[in-house]
Amino acid sequence: MGSVSSQAGPAVLELAPAGGAAPAAQRVAAQSRFEVGVLLRNGEQVLVSLVLPALALLVLARTPVGAAVVPASLGGLPRIDVVTPGVLGLAVLSTAFTGQAIALGFDRRYGVLRLLATTPLGRSGLLLGRLVAVLVVEALQVVVLSALALALGWRPLAAGGAAVPLLLLTLLLGTAAFAALALLLAGTLRAEAVLAVANLAWVLLAGAGLLVPREAAGAAAPLLAVLPSSALGDAVRAATLDGTLALGPCAVLLAWAAGAAALVVRTFKWS
Amino acid sequence: MARPRLPGVQNPRGEEAAALEVRGLVKRYGRLTALDGLDLVARRGEVTAVLGPNGAGKTTLVECCTGLRRADSGHLSVLGLDPRRDGRALSSRTGVLLQDGGLPGGAPALAVLRLVAAQHARPMDVDALAALLGIDGFGRTSVRRLSGGQRQRLALACAVVGRPELAFLDEPSTGLDPHARAVVWDLLEQLRAAGVAVLLTTHSMAEAERLADAVVVVREGRAVASGTVTQLTSSGPEVLRFGAPAHLPLDGLRAALPTTVTTDETAPGRYEVTALRPGAVDPQVVATAASWCAAQGVLPEGLVVGRRSLEEVVLELTGGPSQWAA
Repeated sequence: MGSVSSQAGPAVLELAPAGGAAPAAQRVAAQSRFEVGVLLRNGEQVLVSLVLPALALLVLARTPVGAAVVPASLGGLPRIDVVTPGVLGLAVLSTAFTGQAIALGFDRRYGVLRLLATTPLGRSGLLLGRLVAVLVVEALQVVVLSALALALGWRPLAAGGAAVPLLLLTLLLGTAAFAALALLLAGTLRAEAVLAVANLAWVLLAGAGLLVPREAAGAAAPLLAVLPSSALGDAVRAATLDGTLALGPCAVLLAWAAGAAALVVRTFKWS
Repeated sequence: MARPRLPGVQNPRGEEAAALEVRGLVKRYGRLTALDGLDLVARRGEVTAVLGPNGAGKTTLVECCTGLRRADSGHLSVLGLDPRRDGRALSSRTGVLLQDGGLPGGAPALAVLRLVAAQHARPMDVDALAALLGIDGFGRTSVRRLSGGQRQRLALACAVVGRPELAFLDEPSTGLDPHARAVVWDLLEQLRAAGVAVLLTTHSMAEAERLADAVVVVREGRAVASGTVTQLTSSGPEVLRFGAPAHLPLDGLRAALPTTVTTDETAPGRYEVTALRPGAVDPQVVATAASWCAAQGVLPEGLVVGRRSLEEVVLELTGGPSQWAA
């Protein structure tokens, strides 16, 4: 104990009424920090957000499984270059859709949404804070998974300098579509149903055009193009493999985002 | 921190409008009527306790007052505002403890309290509040791993950390051990002394007797009685109660006592001499009953003169067959 002045007395508890909300930015920032902390404390969430995408990257890039997954039409490219954008898309699916839907579904069930709606955070602040938390976690995922991919030989700039901003833009579009779908799911179904559907959808969507390019489906490939997973997969691969913005898939993602959001406004139940 | 109960000065801003004013509030869920014209007033610097059986409408009242439900009709003024229209403004001036908790399960207790505190411009010192309520002892534990009493203390802290003018507490002492309950009651008394209006629902008569400046008894969505605890319990007749061996022959006692009282064995070994008109249970009656016991060779245990307890009043007001009807 070097300093006497550091021995501050116990803080006085001010009980007299002093209402007033904190500034909106502070409210949302507090909520985002809180949500990021909750997400990173949750073992299952870390598994789905980071461990499984990292495993997918390793398996697809370094084992014979990858050869089966990468369709012949893309066979001429280094496998890690084909696989990495899909894995980043999978990370978005994990956080924006599966993680959010489950967390929100249980928060709704346990009355968390009701309680926070009575604080100055309000409903809009609650959703905004969660969206910011999703973006923060996604940024973390992109950094970690990209570092791993680079170590495995990924060349993100092979198709030119536009690849990286285009990749980030398409990941944001994917986030919009999947976060809206998460809200739709979490705001209408029971928590257990949300859990089941969100996990099942994660597996199916990963296989349907996201991690596994839809060309692998052969004759069914054109049908898969309307799925948000295929649209995101096509868009991220066009960004990094061709250095172009795939307008069709981007339009599909926007349509999913807008359609789901419109339904959320009509159907979302807060309790 | 015992607060002197001086009528007339306990609410120094008595001229001010009530913090909460409810008139003729109606809320139906389909065919079920949860609130059926409820009237209630809660004032600043007072604790208002809402008593009544499960299903009487207490939780629905809190939900309507906090904007979580929309009442079908009636007048509802919270700090002069409409909770549905002015929810934004009210959220920073009111605090809420909901019966279903609503605390995020995956987060550490203190993180939840800090999150709620960060929503307010001038919150209480989180560490001091946590220390007072003993939350610091489990601050790093996930909410879902907390005991019921720990959760309840955290929920109370979240309700008051924003320094509200009006706190809605739906059964705040449920699940608390006696020590925690004493701490919570002490905090509520301090909040009242600081001018906060507290509306609490409770099943605990001890809580209402200890804390409430005003009691509202609710039955089937309607206020059937309101007033101070003393006002509610003073309406009944005086009763002399004592315990003695069961089934004593009471004829001799009845003959010795005046006709202005009636004597009964209300339960085996529980005897009551009840006044039929005010003042009928007087010192002479007590002496007569005591000497009758002496003549019987019986020691009267717990011999007291009193009126009805709050519990008896509430049971009488809220009991009855119609509680179970439809």
